[in-house]
Amino acid sequence: MKFTLSWLKDHLETTADLSTIINTLTRIGLEVEGVEDRSAKLEGFNIARILTAAPHPQADKLQVLNVDQGDGVPLQVVCGAPNARAGLVGVFGTAGAVVPSNGMVLRVAAIRGVESNGMMCSSRELEQGDDHDGIIELPTDAPVGQPYARYAGLDDPVIDINVLPNRPDCMGVRGIARDLAAAGLGTLRPLATPAIPTNGPCAVDIRTEDPEGCPAFYGRTIHGVTNGEAPEWMRTRLNAVGQRSISALVDITNYVMLDLNRPSHAYDLAMLKGPVVARRAAEGEKIVALKGVEYTLTSEMTVIADDNGAHDIAGIKGGEHSGCSETTTDVLLEVAYFDRERIARTGQALNLTSDARQRFERGVDPAFLDEGLEQLAALICAHCGGVASEMVRAGRPPLAPRTVVYNTGQAAGLGGVDVSPEKQVSILQSLGFTVPRHPREGGTPASSSPMLDDELWHITPPSWRPDVDGSADIVEEVVRMVGLDAVQSVPLPRSDGVAKSTATPAQKQERKVRRAAAARGLNEAITWSFLPETQAVAFGGGAWALANPISEELKVMRPSLLAGLLSAAARNQNRSASSIRLVEMGRRYLADGEHMTTGVVLAGDKTPRSWQTGKAQPFDAYDAKAEALALLAAAGAPVENLQVMGDAGAHFHPGQSGTLRLGPKTILASFGALHPATLKAFDLTGAVAACEIYLDAIPSKRGPSAGFMRAAFAPPALQAVTRDFAFLVPDALASDVLLRAVKSADKALITGARLFDRFAGAGVAEGMVSLAVEVTLQPSGRSLTEADLKAVSDKIVTAAAKLGAALRG
Amino acid sequence: MRMLLRTHTSTVQVRTMTSQKPPIRIIAPGRVYRSDSDATHTPMFHQIEGLVIDKGIHLGHLKWTLETFLKAFFERDDITIRMRPSYFPFTEPSAEIDIGYTLINGKRVIGGKEDDTGFGWMEVLGSGMVHPKVIANCGLDPKEYQGFAFGTGVDRLAMLKYGMDDLRAFFDGDLRWLGHYGFNALDVPTLSGGVGA
Repeated sequence: MKFTLSWLKDHLETTADLSTIINTLTRIGLEVEGVEDRSAKLEGFNIARILTAAPHPQADKLQVLNVDQGDGVPLQVVCGAPNARAGLVGVFGTAGAVVPSNGMVLRVAAIRGVESNGMMCSSRELEQGDDHDGIIELPTDAPVGQPYARYAGLDDPVIDINVLPNRPDCMGVRGIARDLAAAGLGTLRPLATPAIPTNGPCAVDIRTEDPEGCPAFYGRTIHGVTNGEAPEWMRTRLNAVGQRSISALVDITNYVMLDLNRPSHAYDLAMLKGPVVARRAAEGEKIVALKGVEYTLTSEMTVIADDNGAHDIAGIKGGEHSGCSETTTDVLLEVAYFDRERIARTGQALNLTSDARQRFERGVDPAFLDEGLEQLAALICAHCGGVASEMVRAGRPPLAPRTVVYNTGQAAGLGGVDVSPEKQVSILQSLGFTVPRHPREGGTPASSSPMLDDELWHITPPSWRPDVDGSADIVEEVVRMVGLDAVQSVPLPRSDGVAKSTATPAQKQERKVRRAAAARGLNEAITWSFLPETQAVAFGGGAWALANPISEELKVMRPSLLAGLLSAAARNQNRSASSIRLVEMGRRYLADGEHMTTGVVLAGDKTPRSWQTGKAQPFDAYDAKAEALALLAAAGAPVENLQVMGDAGAHFHPGQSGTLRLGPKTILASFGALHPATLKAFDLTGAVAACEIYLDAIPSKRGPSAGFMRAAFAPPALQAVTRDFAFLVPDALASDVLLRAVKSADKALITGARLFDRFAGAGVAEGMVSLAVEVTLQPSGRSLTEADLKAVSDKIVTAAAKLGAALRG
Repeated sequence: MRMLLRTHTSTVQVRTMTSQKPPIRIIAPGRVYRSDSDATHTPMFHQIEGLVIDKGIHLGHLKWTLETFLKAFFERDDITIRMRPSYFPFTEPSAEIDIGYTLINGKRVIGGKEDDTGFGWMEVLGSGMVHPKVIANCGLDPKEYQGFAFGTGVDRLAMLKYGMDDLRAFFDGDLRWLGHYGFNALDVPTLSGGVGA
């Protein structure tokens, strides 16, 4: 919402300067978004009269002028404008001034051998218009010597504020002035409503047949107007706030809207036929609005219509045919109250915004129809002539008084500022609230409040404040006017007792995995939740696509974290990163919902080339498996019980990948080297390993082990012993199956079993492989005897034999 | 079925109030989505939401909490903040929090005093006292319980703290960037190690 300082001062009697006004506006919630001082760039441009004009001795198209810029001393200027002539009053730029249109600094200089002390300017040079055919010609009585900006009314700063959606009253300059007055910046001037003579009842029949959408429709005619230009002061103000001046009648309705937040409409009476009615539009009814745009309406919309049809999309846009033109002599004025929601829905459905819609949907003052119409008619009669009819009123605006019960202690109790009841009354009254103060004996004592001088008030908010409907709103008004600076910081009381866990088990698990990943040297990245369709398909396809994607690249909700990480890895490879270890914690989006997941991508060198280790080593599937197991362990998964199985997904290399499962159906992670086709699709070079951990598939721990509690434990004093076994097994047997069988051969004694060698080739039959396992035995009560060791070895061999494994001789 | 990516974390307020009993003190970071894309707006970003519901909580507690938070976050004691009346449908009164900065060599540096040259205000947080209707709709008695809520952009605050000018780098995964801004594995704020300045 834009307005000028002088406009504000029409309503606000104040001695405050511009900066105080600006600071106060922001302080009370009318945030200043900009202040434009249009005179600043016209510094040094003054009104001057050309005294003499003579041809330039060296150039045909130039003249040598002598100008008077108010001090009576003729100043010589070279000028190329065809209209430059003695007697002309125009705008002169003195040496040192900067031409607004091109930034040129004017200097005293010789032009073709003749000294020139400045420049006579065109409209375009001063950015006052498009005219560049000649220099500006002002009326001959324009005050010579005066700064042009002051003369043109450009020394009136334009203030632009952000009006919050709950403050429709500040969509008019008067409302802003009222707020400033309440903030102590002066007094609100009374609004003078001049009485205008009338010539009898309104000849037009005005009705509302849609009391829901248009509860009130007031109108009157004015006969015999001349629709010329609006007065200059009005045009200057409208232009300053960005409203193009159109004609006196249109400008006046716009002015009343901006000044008093009272939208209205003026119809050309000659274009109307029969009664003028506010009614529902017929389904599919068409209307041609201003600027010739046609809209198709629905029966949920309100129109203003006559016998010829709909003219006006009520409260939003006037019609093309019945608008005022320069030939208009008789007008019908419409001042109505439209339902806020109806306006909002209609505007949204038609995708049509307007200054009127903005105001009606936020809520105009329902008690300001009479006075608004009076103001409007008075301005028209004053500037366009004509005689007004009496007012005709169809329907009634919603004026039911609202009462808010308010305890004065709430300013401190909710707002955190102690404000005396006297001060609160004065703030509220200056904002237009009616505050009947009951003597303490008569009112209900505020028993729960500690403040002794609390009073209970039944406050009636002003009709122009639809936002106020509870005591918290009253607190806001008081606090806003006292200033939020007055709110003192008060430490939040610390709650008693031992701090309980505020993070959920899932959040705690996430933290553990994140820290473990960081400790393992992985870099945590965040990639987009959405993927291009093609990438989603490569990872099993996305179940959810965005209706309004920013681009095709960010369209489908990711079914896997790996796609984003692989793209990031490729970008890093392009930037010559030699070793890439990325991890991401985030959600996958599947048909059944979101799933918390950890993704890891390992690309490039696992170890760089070195004199100790030789050539650089790439990452492989075992590295991915190791990351998966480590992060699963950090997440609290029972890693000892996991089975390695297949089906990691088509994006992995079929022979170098697997899943880690808890039982055959619960997949906790997938890992492996990536499929060459996946690498190609992501433009990755070299082997890339990856894993994904499905955090929400991990069964949650129960009982005290989730916290810091542990069972009592003393490590056995006896030494652990190891025994090695080499088994010949079928090639297809997964080593972890063998290891689990070995471990379960004697659960009391065996504390570990580890694969340490794998051999196939000479001495081992085709289709078989030799696996060497180191078994750790931990005696507890007594040392193991030869017989004990023999017994446990037999159990191990028997268990392995069930899988087709034979002890290698 | 049509689904909506959440555009802010304020929804967590209601979810918490309907599932927990006061006193409530929560902090809720989360990922949010909007249809925006340029150097300082990405379609995916992060917010953090705070909510306190208890007896006798007022605007002064909100101010202290945010002041303390901003000092800790920016690791500076000379933080100046300004509360400015604003409007959010779910708080009343509502306030936006501006933080003071000083323009040094063309860069905004958080801190400074209002009469310093190059001083300006920048909006960093939305906040307010939870609207009594919100409290009532969550099954609590607004005469007994009141409280405050606030929300801010995590990425936006990080940009301010570190003087970053391109938000898109956050989601690029450049190892050099991650290495520069990343922390060591156990480099977390603690009461003994300090949580800020």
